[in-house]
Order: sequence, then C-alpha cells, then structure tokens
Amino acid sequence: MSPAPAILPERGLADRLTALFWRHPRLLLAVLLTPPLLWLGVVYLGSLAALLLQSFYSIDEFSGVVKEEFTLKTYGELFRAQNMDIIIRTLLMSAVVTVGCAILAFPIAYYAARFARGKWKAIFYLGVMLPLWSSYLVKVYAWKLILAKEGIVTWAADGMGLVPVLDAVLSIPGIGGNSLSTSYIGTFLVFVYIWLPYMILPMQAALERVPTSMLEASADLGASRSQTFRTVIFPLAMPGIIAGSIFTFSLTMGDYIIPQIVGNSSRFIGLAVYQLQGTAGNTPLAAAFAVVPIVVMLVYLWVAKRKGAFDAL
Amino acid sequence: MTTRTTLKLLGSTTLALITGLTPAMAQMTSIGPGEGELSIVAWAGYIERGETDKAFDWVTKFEAASGCKVSVKTANTSDEMVALMNEGGFDLVTASGDASLRLIAGGRVQEINKDLIPSWSTIDPRLQDAGWHMVDGKHYGVPYMWGPNVLMYNTEVFKEPPTSWNVVFEKMDLPDGKSNEGRVQAYDGPIHVADAAQYLMFHKPELGITSPYELNEDQYKAALDLLRVQRTLTSRYWHDAFIQIDDFKNEGVVASGSWPFQVNLLKADNQPIASTIPQEGATGWADTTMMHVDSKHPNCAYMWFEHQLSSNLQSDLSVWFGANPAVPAACTDGRGMQTAEGCTANGLDDFDKIKFWTTPVSNCSQGEGACVPYYRWVSDYIGVIGGR
Repeated sequence: MSPAPAILPERGLADRLTALFWRHPRLLLAVLLTPPLLWLGVVYLGSLAALLLQSFYSIDEFSGVVKEEFTLKTYGELFRAQNMDIIIRTLLMSAVVTVGCAILAFPIAYYAARFARGKWKAIFYLGVMLPLWSSYLVKVYAWKLILAKEGIVTWAADGMGLVPVLDAVLSIPGIGGNSLSTSYIGTFLVFVYIWLPYMILPMQAALERVPTSMLEASADLGASRSQTFRTVIFPLAMPGIIAGSIFTFSLTMGDYIIPQIVGNSSRFIGLAVYQLQGTAGNTPLAAAFAVVPIVVMLVYLWVAKRKGAFDAL
Repeated sequence: MTTRTTLKLLGSTTLALITGLTPAMAQMTSIGPGEGELSIVAWAGYIERGETDKAFDWVTKFEAASGCKVSVKTANTSDEMVALMNEGGFDLVTASGDASLRLIAGGRVQEINKDLIPSWSTIDPRLQDAGWHMVDGKHYGVPYMWGPNVLMYNTEVFKEPPTSWNVVFEKMDLPDGKSNEGRVQAYDGPIHVADAAQYLMFHKPELGITSPYELNEDQYKAALDLLRVQRTLTSRYWHDAFIQIDDFKNEGVVASGSWPFQVNLLKADNQPIASTIPQEGATGWADTTMMHVDSKHPNCAYMWFEHQLSSNLQSDLSVWFGANPAVPAACTDGRGMQTAEGCTANGLDDFDKIKFWTTPVSNCSQGEGACVPYYRWVSDYIGVIGGR
C-alpha cells in the first residue's frame, strides 16, 4: 500500500474552482466585482448618460414628438425668464430649508450626543427615525389638512386669539399667501418636517466625535460657554452639518410631490421635470432641467470635500 | 396559372401577412376575435366598472361579452394624454380636441374604418365629421362624450348663480361682502388661456377675438394680462380633480372653473355647491376615442368602439360625469339612467354656446403664422403661474 500523496486528487467542480481562484486571485476579484460594477455602470451611469443625451435633443413644438438631432436649443430655453425663475426659486427654497433644518436639528442632535443615555438614547433614535417609516404621501396630505385655511393651525390660532399673528405672517409679501397650505411658508414647513431626520443623524454622529477633553481644556483656559461653542464645538461639528446639508439640499431640490400638494402652484425643478416629462411630453427640456441639480450638487460636493465633510466617513 | 400570377399571388400573400402582423400600417378591414386585453388612457371617471359606485358600470359587461380585460391609465391633462400616447403601450385614448390634432400630427393614432362600427350612424351629426378628429377627410376617432367647463360655486356665498366669469378674473367683492382674493381657483393647464380669451371676446369686442383658440399677438397679450390679474386672486391652481374637491371643502375656495364631475361628487357629499354657464359662454371639451398606431389589441379596440356607442355607457356616463352623450338617442331611449331633462341640464342645448378645446396653431383663420401656437401657451402659462 503506497502512502497518501501530498497533494490530494481533485474531488469535483468545487475543488477545481477553488484551485483556479487560488492560482488566479484576480479572477475571483473580477467575478465578485462584475455584478455591482455592471449595476453601477449600466443601470446607474447608463441611465444618467441617456438623460444627458436627451437634453441635447429638442422637441417639435406642435406634435410634441422628440427630434433626435443634436442641438443646444433646449439648454438655451433654460435661460428663459420663467425657467430661470423656477431654478432660482428651487435653489432659494433648498438653501432656506437646509438652514432651517440645521438650526432645528442642532439642539436635538447635541442633546442626543451629549446627554441622552441608555433607554433615552434608544427612544431618541426611535423618535427621529419614526417619521421615516410612515408613508411620505400620507404625511404630506396630512400637512395639507393641518395647514389648510379651515385646518388645525387656524383653529388653534382662533382658540388662542392668535389670528392677527397668523394673518400678519401670511401677509408678508413674497412668501405669504391666502393660507399656510397655499403659501411658500407652508411648503417650507413641510420640507423641513420631511427632511429633518436626514440632518439630525449625521450631525449627531459628528457631535459624538467631539472629545470631552477638548471642552474641558477650553473651560480650563477660561473660555465662556459661547466661546467654547463658537471656537470648539461648532467647527468640529461642521463636517456633520455639511454632510446633513447635502441630504436636505439635494432632497429639497429634487422633490416634486410637496410643491404639488402644498404651495401656490409655482413650479420647482422637480415639479417642472415631472410635468415637462410626464405631462407636456417635453423630455429634452425635462432632461435639461434635471441636469441643473446634478451640476449644483457637484459644485456643492466639491466645496463640502474641501471643508472636510467626508474626512469622517 | 402563369408564373406571373403565381408571383403576384405570392407577393400579395406576403403583403397580407406583413399587414396582418403589423396592423398599424393600414386601417383595419375586418374585426377578428378579441386579443383578451385592452388598455385605455382616459380622464378620471370616464371608465367606470362599478368600483366607485355600484350603479355606474360600463366595463364588466363588455369584458364578459368580448373577453377583453380592460385596464385604465388615468390622465389629468391633455398634455399628459399626448405624452402617454407618445410613450406608447396603450390601445385607446379619450382625447379632447386640444390633444387629438396633436396626436394625429404626431402620427400616434391610426385612421378608423367607420364601416366596422355598426352604430356609427347613431352619433350626433354635429360630431360625426368634427374638425378635431377628422383630417383630410379621414376619421381618426370615434366621438365619446362632450360637455362644458362650468363655473362651480358655493351656494352659501352665491345665493343667486353668478352671471359672469368676472368672479374668477377680476378683483371684486363677492355677494357675502368679502373680496374674492384667495377664494377662487383656475385650471392648471395652458388651455385655460382660452377661457381668458373667451371672457375678453365678450367684454372687449374692440380686440376682435373671433375664436379663443386663434389669438394674434395683441389678443394673446391681453389674455395673458387678464391671467396675471387672476394669479393675484388664485392661491392655488387645480389640476387634480380630487385636490380641487378638497380645496372647496377645507381651503375656503368658493368659485372656480371646473368639470361637472367635481360638482356632482361635491353635491353627492352634501356640500353647498352648484354650477352654471355664465353669460360669456364656456369652453368645453368634446372627447374622441382614438386608437394608437401600434395598438396590440386592435380587435378589442374596435369592439370597444361599438360598445361605447351602443351600450348603456353613453347614457350612464353622461349621468356620472355630467356630460352629454355623443349618441343623442342615449338621452331618451332608456338604455341607461339618463333622461331628456338630465341632458338639458348638462347643456345638450348649449352646443352652440360652447367653444370646444382645440389645439392652437400658428396658421389660423387670421392668416399664415398669424396666431400664437400652443407651445408658447405652455411656456407662458408656466410663467404666469410663477408670477411673471
């Protein structure tokens, strides 16, 4: 009887595959990476490329059929006054919503990061995440009713004798309106409500990373509370704020449902894309509109990167 | 048989095969068995199968008789209908006059062979050859329903029906003594420019408007100016029938151009709502069922054409939607719930007062290139709503 060989004979396909991958590690890498790369390349970047391509077409203005010839005419249309209005209106709203979210989120995130412990931490997470689990549409429709002229807010203001205050707010030119649900103020409130969790969570993560020793050092060196906040906490929390603002800014910029239900019917980029593409059949102009947020976000991300928002990732 | 005739025969058989495979190439010459499915792009409330209200059902029987399962895609505006048909994948569309001509020009719908529709002759003669579905003597659709865009109002504010559209166009005090600012609405579709033009046609005859769909630069500018005034009165424009219903209930809206559909639903909900056609007349819609050029279920589509004219559909839909049947006999012959009085109430006798939706084109009765075409209505109306 001969001794067993040092190398065992192959026992089947699995052994052969193992041997193959062992001899050629790059092959294994390729097999594992191909599906996600295909997904990213074809489905994701491919559709983005198709979108870009569409924006260089134009539309036959009577029949609404897309003319598949290269032209910059569609981009030229973006600069028409009413389309510039849409872009500026959207960017302003996104900026204001982002600032609003940041101001509201900071104390909440600070409390959660510094003071909430044990059970309270869990409750806090639940509270922040809970709104994300219910249907987006239901929440927006609920807000339409809350803000309506004959809705809860008006009713409450009536009960507390605050109607003049509400009327004064609604009579602010530019952002006021007939009722909260038909004014920019209403659109702003709903946007802030919907996107707030996306600001709180990254902000809290950043605040948790601020070492307590630095705060103690700041106090030891005689800094007042506001000095500590301005020179230590805020700069160190900045990456979290910027990361959160990327969410709130881009989500507001792309949303098309809220301005359709709450607001005064003025178009936002998302709504314009939705209507031009779905309603008016003007896919090229819709595509050109859709390129605007992409460009804005690329600039935004570039600035954010320089500010170190991604260092903590 | 000579070689030549054999070749000819072969050729024509091949041709017949090709045409058989791609029925879109020519109009149909005969109806075969149903393909089992039919997809329709329709206005909200147009295709009912008894799910909203048991009494209103004109689909179940069709499905049972033809074996064609009907699926419906609801569209809110004419532009949306054109876009859906441009995308394709549908068999039929209930297109209004401001969509039908665009669909024909874009080559999205096919010619109809009316000889295959036995009940064609029962259609209202005023609709049979109407310009919004007949081009160069060819029919591209089968008339479905028509009706006015009414002025819907709150009866607690208006004890008497308003006699003019000025309540939604001019700043004024309503009968309850309060201003109409923020209490009126307007349609969120560019075709609403025509309503403004029709109002001016009556009140500013010096502009010389003859048709609200054929406006030269000056007339168009006057209409836009009127709409800018309307923007200051309107807190929100409506394009979803159900959001408008909600706004009449919760948002304090008391007057708006609307469809009888919303009026009926609000009345059924015991809201203090009624509607009227003011002295200026009204715009209206005359809808035509048109067939997609690449329809996958042409036989089912033709069966639907016959069904829409001969069944209870015409009568019951006119009750449901507050519209008028394309087949006038449906008002009286008891095939459904509609009655002669009901048709009169829906405006059957006002046919001549109604300016039916038509796509504005630049070559109009005022001359070649004299009129403002539809795409400018679209972009300018977006501007007006944006406060420009």
